[in-house]
Amino acid sequence: MNRHPQDPPLLRAVAIAIALGFLGLVVIVPLVSVFAQAFSKGVGPWWAAVSHPDTLAAVRMTLIAALGSVPLNTAFGISAAWLVTKHRFPGRRLLLSLIDLPFSVSPVISGLVFILLFGAQGWFGPWLQEHDLKIVFAWPGMILATAFVTFPFVARELIPLMEEMGTRDEEAAVMLGAGGWDTFRRVTLPGIRWGLLYGVILCNARAMGEFGAVSVVSGHIRGETNTLPLHAEILYNEYDFTGAFAVASLLTLLAAATVVAKLQLERKLSR
Amino acid sequence: MKRTLPGFRFTLFITVGWLVLLVGIPLAGLFLRAASLPLRELVGILLDERTLSAFRVSFGTAAMAAAINAIFGPVVAWTLVRYRIPGHRILDALIDIPFALPTAVAGITLTTLYAETGWIGSLLAPLGVRVSYTQLGIVVALVFVGLPFVVRTVQPVLEDFPAETEEAAALLGASRWQTLFRVVLPALLPAITTGALLSFARCVGEYGSVVFIAGNMPNETEILPLLIITRLEQYQYTEATAIAAVMLLVSFALLLLGNRFQARLAGKVSR
Repeated sequence: MNRHPQDPPLLRAVAIAIALGFLGLVVIVPLVSVFAQAFSKGVGPWWAAVSHPDTLAAVRMTLIAALGSVPLNTAFGISAAWLVTKHRFPGRRLLLSLIDLPFSVSPVISGLVFILLFGAQGWFGPWLQEHDLKIVFAWPGMILATAFVTFPFVARELIPLMEEMGTRDEEAAVMLGAGGWDTFRRVTLPGIRWGLLYGVILCNARAMGEFGAVSVVSGHIRGETNTLPLHAEILYNEYDFTGAFAVASLLTLLAAATVVAKLQLERKLSR
Repeated sequence: MKRTLPGFRFTLFITVGWLVLLVGIPLAGLFLRAASLPLRELVGILLDERTLSAFRVSFGTAAMAAAINAIFGPVVAWTLVRYRIPGHRILDALIDIPFALPTAVAGITLTTLYAETGWIGSLLAPLGVRVSYTQLGIVVALVFVGLPFVVRTVQPVLEDFPAETEEAAALLGASRWQTLFRVVLPALLPAITTGALLSFARCVGEYGSVVFIAGNMPNETEILPLLIITRLEQYQYTEATAIAAVMLLVSFALLLLGNRFQARLAGKVSR
């Protein structure tokens, strides 16, 4: 980078001032404010809000939504990456675009599509009611909506990585008589493990923090279909700001941990 | 490439199966439902005053936010890539916070900050500027959401920018400012445009970070995703579906456009 011509001090100062000012206003001040609000009445009220049974129920629902969606999307991501990077076939480019599709769908619509399928007025609504099964306004709907919005994350991290690695190592392993599964586990996996972990972490962060999609399918049932972000909304709308920001502070810590993990993994990947 | 590697059928089955089940069927269900509407009813819903105004608010504020990020994002990217200021690693990590922070947390935090009693809102109130519960508030939230898209698109282009080009401009007698605006900036424009487009596409469907700060007044600060939820809560499934179908079509068009831009950009970087 040092080979680039030096910028005059004035230009440097102006650029740095604008960049710091903008980042400060847009990112840093809001981050600081989350914790300032959460602890505005001290640690006691913060702890009371965090350890409240409703909050703990929301933690449980958040974990269920993440545990129900992240492993499925991880398996899908690995499978999709193997398919599109180790093979060439007609329709491959179309498949690549379709994998990205959920990223361009508004979270609200990601929830709506499941209401239209499984809600009382939905395609499968009457059948579900006859058999006394509940999908929307219950945990299966929460998992489905979360899975929909986090669908591309793992595949997206793995595809460029595995494309770059090529197929020579795997071809050699297969020539030497290794089976498909052994080839993946012993040849491919060691090369992609950090990228895989990175994708899973991003997928998980989105799964735990998703708001719009789960808001639509949750039906807002306290203690049953409330995730942490939805719980923060309820408390906020009830003017319990300390409680809302206490819950928000937990989610902010999750985001911070995700970003730190990303930094560490990127350093490992670039090596 | 020869198809020597195993696992084609197996991964094809899993990938396409999960794609069809989780994404294909739900989205097809929504479009089928919208397509089964009589054309007159569909047009009536879309030309409704409140719907049209929500379209204007959503697209207008998303465009504003993309424009703001297109101006400040490159300055941030420039500062991060070219000046090794103390703490630049932390600043770089902060760029990812809007990706990682749950949208509801951003929503309640920004609303509190920019309310008339908040840290920033109380400074603006004497100037007669109201942010929370106005369209300006929506823009503020969307600038936060869209920030990483522009910065992360411009950064790699800037990192690969050949020093020789800048040196040549300097040798030919251009001042540093001239080099920046006549040589560097034009070279960055495709990346800036792509980033702004990605930011715009994401912001049009954004819900969680906007819904708190918007105030949600019909015809004034009501965004499309909120209108969909409102229609759902009134059991007007047809209206919700019609609006969602149009939004999806626009999003897919934007996705295609963005992908094309990005592919062209990737071609340039590798050259």
